[in-house]
Amino acid sequence: MSRPRDNTITMETFTEGLWKENPVFVMLLGMCPVLAVTNSAINALAMGLATMFVLLASSIMVSMFSRYIPKQVRIATYIVIIATFVTIVDYVIQAISLDLYNALGAFIQLIVANCMILGRAEAYASKYKPLKAIVNGLGMGLGFTLALLSLGVVREILGAGSLFGISLFGDQFQPWVVMVLPAGGFLVLGTWLLLFDWIKQRQIVLETGGKETHAR
Amino acid sequence: MNANPVNTKTVNNHAAQQPQTPSSHMIAVLTGIAMLSGFLVVLTAQVTEPMIAENQRVAIEAAIQQVIPGAVDNKKYRLSDGQLLLVQKGSKDPLIYAGYNANGELLGIAAEAGAQGYAGMVNLLYGYDPDCQCIRGFKVLKMAETPGLGDKIISDSNFQANFPVDATVDSDSGKLANAITTVKNGSKKNSWEIDAISGATVTSRAVGKALNQSAQAILPDLLPFIERIKYKEAEQ
Repeated sequence: MSRPRDNTITMETFTEGLWKENPVFVMLLGMCPVLAVTNSAINALAMGLATMFVLLASSIMVSMFSRYIPKQVRIATYIVIIATFVTIVDYVIQAISLDLYNALGAFIQLIVANCMILGRAEAYASKYKPLKAIVNGLGMGLGFTLALLSLGVVREILGAGSLFGISLFGDQFQPWVVMVLPAGGFLVLGTWLLLFDWIKQRQIVLETGGKETHAR
Repeated sequence: MNANPVNTKTVNNHAAQQPQTPSSHMIAVLTGIAMLSGFLVVLTAQVTEPMIAENQRVAIEAAIQQVIPGAVDNKKYRLSDGQLLLVQKGSKDPLIYAGYNANGELLGIAAEAGAQGYAGMVNLLYGYDPDCQCIRGFKVLKMAETPGLGDKIISDSNFQANFPVDATVDSDSGKLANAITTVKNGSKKNSWEIDAISGATVTSRAVGKALNQSAQAILPDLLPFIERIKYKEAEQ
């Protein structure tokens, strides 16, 4: 049952969160913030960074203490650890900018319920040494941030005609209001998923010389 | 089972311990984690508290300057049993802000108001001008209205043109002479009516309701004191 657990850190440890196991585009985890707060690029970036901080900090703690945590209470312990760092992020964002805090609203507190973070704590951080957990958490956090950003950028450009609050097209541009509404989140996410799958299919086709085009 | 030795040991430990992990151990671990987490949270709260208070002060200050144009200084008051009390620095829930110009003359009153909008509460700060007995304008403090529709109450120039809105107090009844109401788009006839934005009727109504509720509650009680706070230095 036990796979050998290799604590050596490779490039793969870092990059799997960016591409192969991207939490949003591949594992489809944490969809609530992905759809809810990506209506502008700055919100997406702030949410991504906040999630990344919580993921990193909780990974370190879980990885350090997992040896002492009895199996029966591990989920409760992980949630307490995650909630601690979410509360810290909550205070820090309020201290940095109230506007940002108001824009992100309840979704900061809801990072606690982001299944990606608990999933990483349970499936990865508790099984590896802190350093490896940090590197992997960094990759996962970056992958999550980039995914949020790729939604936020598209939605802000189409929905408000601006990027990071800077107007791009001038006054003639009629914003597609639907893009900043929840429906726009689903549309853009769906399009990105299509694109990702298409790229992956193409890779398979190129590797197999086109023989397995209809395999999937 | 060619696993590395450290790992095999942990797995075996788990398997062997599972039925017998003493509750005291679990309680000890949970208590330890909870104490550590409490310590971290309190530490962060302590460090960030002054920064958060400063941010809130700056935000409210900026909002006051927007609804009372020209105000460079302000004082906080609250109404309690028909008495106007100066709010000490650091006290909670300041309700009324008196805005003064550089010479210390009263320019207007700002107060917070709120009503249920389309998506949660619409909280705003409005500026009342005692000279014209009217509401000069408002600034949204917090809301979650639909972008592109409800949030037009901030940007729509026709909606902003509703102001000043009449808020004359009828001294006999102790109420506003005319309640502030939101009317259908294009049907505003009187200065106490607010013309709704078509497509954002619910949010427009929330603005009207918030202003009316707050003005009805505050202004009749406040007016007898206006003379007292006319100059910044007069009030102790």
